Amino acid sequence: MMDAPILKVSDLSKNFGGVRALNRVSFDLQPGELLGVIGPNGSGKTTLVNLITRFVKPSAGDVFFKGKKISHLPPYKIVRLGIARTFQMVKPFYQLPAYKNMIIPLYSPRMRQLAGGRYGDRDAVALDLLEEVGFERDAFVAYKTAGALPQGYLKRLELAKAIALQPDLYILDELFSGLSLAEVASIVPIIEKIRMAGRTIIMIEHRLKELFRIADRVIVMNYGEKIADGPAAEVMEDEAVKSAYLGTETEDE
Amino acid sequence: MKKRKERIDRGIKVRSSDIFALLSWREMLYLATPRILPVIVCLSLPLLLDPYWQKVLLSVAVVALLAISWDILAQTGMVSLGQALFFGVGAYCSGVMNHYWGLSPVLTIPIASLLGGLICTLMLLPVLRLRGIYFSMVTLIIPLILVRIVEATKIFGGTEGLSGMTPLPSKWFELYLIMAVLLVVLFGFRRMLDSDYGLVLKGINDNDRSVINAGINIYWFKAQSLFFAGAIGAFCGAFMTHVYMFVGMPVFALDYSILPIAAAVVGGPGTLAGATFGAFILVPMSEALRGFGGLRIVLYGVFLVVFIVALPEGIFHYIQRKYHQFERWVEVDK
Repeated sequence: MMDAPILKVSDLSKNFGGVRALNRVSFDLQPGELLGVIGPNGSGKTTLVNLITRFVKPSAGDVFFKGKKISHLPPYKIVRLGIARTFQMVKPFYQLPAYKNMIIPLYSPRMRQLAGGRYGDRDAVALDLLEEVGFERDAFVAYKTAGALPQGYLKRLELAKAIALQPDLYILDELFSGLSLAEVASIVPIIEKIRMAGRTIIMIEHRLKELFRIADRVIVMNYGEKIADGPAAEVMEDEAVKSAYLGTETEDE
Repeated sequence: MKKRKERIDRGIKVRSSDIFALLSWREMLYLATPRILPVIVCLSLPLLLDPYWQKVLLSVAVVALLAISWDILAQTGMVSLGQALFFGVGAYCSGVMNHYWGLSPVLTIPIASLLGGLICTLMLLPVLRLRGIYFSMVTLIIPLILVRIVEATKIFGGTEGLSGMTPLPSKWFELYLIMAVLLVVLFGFRRMLDSDYGLVLKGINDNDRSVINAGINIYWFKAQSLFFAGAIGAFCGAFMTHVYMFVGMPVFALDYSILPIAAAVVGGPGTLAGATFGAFILVPMSEALRGFGGLRIVLYGVFLVVFIVALPEGIFHYIQRKYHQFERWVEVDK
């Protein structure tokens, strides 16, 4: 038996001028599921995220979160309902120490809504959260200015900012991009931990191998349309997916 | 015994994040000087100056407050070209309350500060969504519109203005009121901007997307910042109305918009102290150059350009950096 979906996207479309960035995309997401969204560059993955979180206004279609329509709400209200995202291009406050970067999400009204809310000394909470994502407490990394951190730590900081909001749905936009294999390997357990806590996750990824290890289900996008939806192994056998990733085979071959 | 040089702030920084662990009088003095010095200067200057320079000190403080007001907005990502709007609205608020309803300055100045802040916030509320130069343009235009409204509709005395305001009790009251307000605003808002709340405001300037993504309504925070800046500017206007015993169209003059920006830029934006410092340099300099007659503006302009080219970070940032680099001799162990 299926639960009520936590997220329901129906016929979501976006036109930028004459360009159809997203064309009638629909899918449901069950609570606790980890959904991967893949597709070639420019296929509309990030647009999909921007439309769900409403950083961009949809041209048509609706998004429902926990049965409630959210596609008309401003982005900050959507965050308060329990959807947190990370950005593909991390842009921390470079002059501030890493842990001070956590203050803004900790200042969120969502913290006030959550019963008890981890409040009080935000600096202490920030350091705790950073430790959760692998900022070693004794190594002073958390005190370094964000501008001096390597990419791997910046991505973790971005993830920690999402965790701070204690969302029910995480949307991670290319969290693994630009990271070494070792760095990815060290982030995967953090994501596993979020799943164990029963949270739902959408991951936009180009790193298919790493994604397929943890994803329950994968959606493939191409030219703004959903071309496949299902378990990773099935999806990659799909002819449409193969041609989208590898190009169409010609008969001479 | 071998000796080496060490920065004075090094020991202090290492031992503390928020709590200062001080080991010597010298370290205490090192931390206290930048906080106590401005207080001493501001409170003793009125006593040391002759009556002419006391008048100049009033405009120094007003420009400093307007520059702080500009800096608060700038740090929240709103570059204003219209401090005259805040000044003028405050001036007319207190003028009207004093002229028509006979309220005493003790009431008109605080009420006009809060009311002026509120009016300015409401006026700019529809354009909070605009960024960068578009917001600046609107702030530049609104005071120009208000002047023409006063002129055309002849409200509040029209081109004649309203005169015969109740003066403040004495010149010492004037001097110490504005100096006290300057110190409170300077230290108070510096503290605010260093708090977590201030971090959110500065975050809006740096990367508003990331602040929205924390579920924070940036327009609500921008409106609050606008209210603080507006109230500070309106206080200046209300205060000067009672000093000049007059309010009229000149309160919307471009000077009140441009001078504070020059002060903040020369002094070093982003610290509030820099803006104050800039006002303490620029306004007296402009007075000192009066002897040059027509060439005054030329010399003033050249000074401005030299400052900006030589110290683009601002004088305050330069001094701050040098102060952090103060060294002392320490004995090397062994």
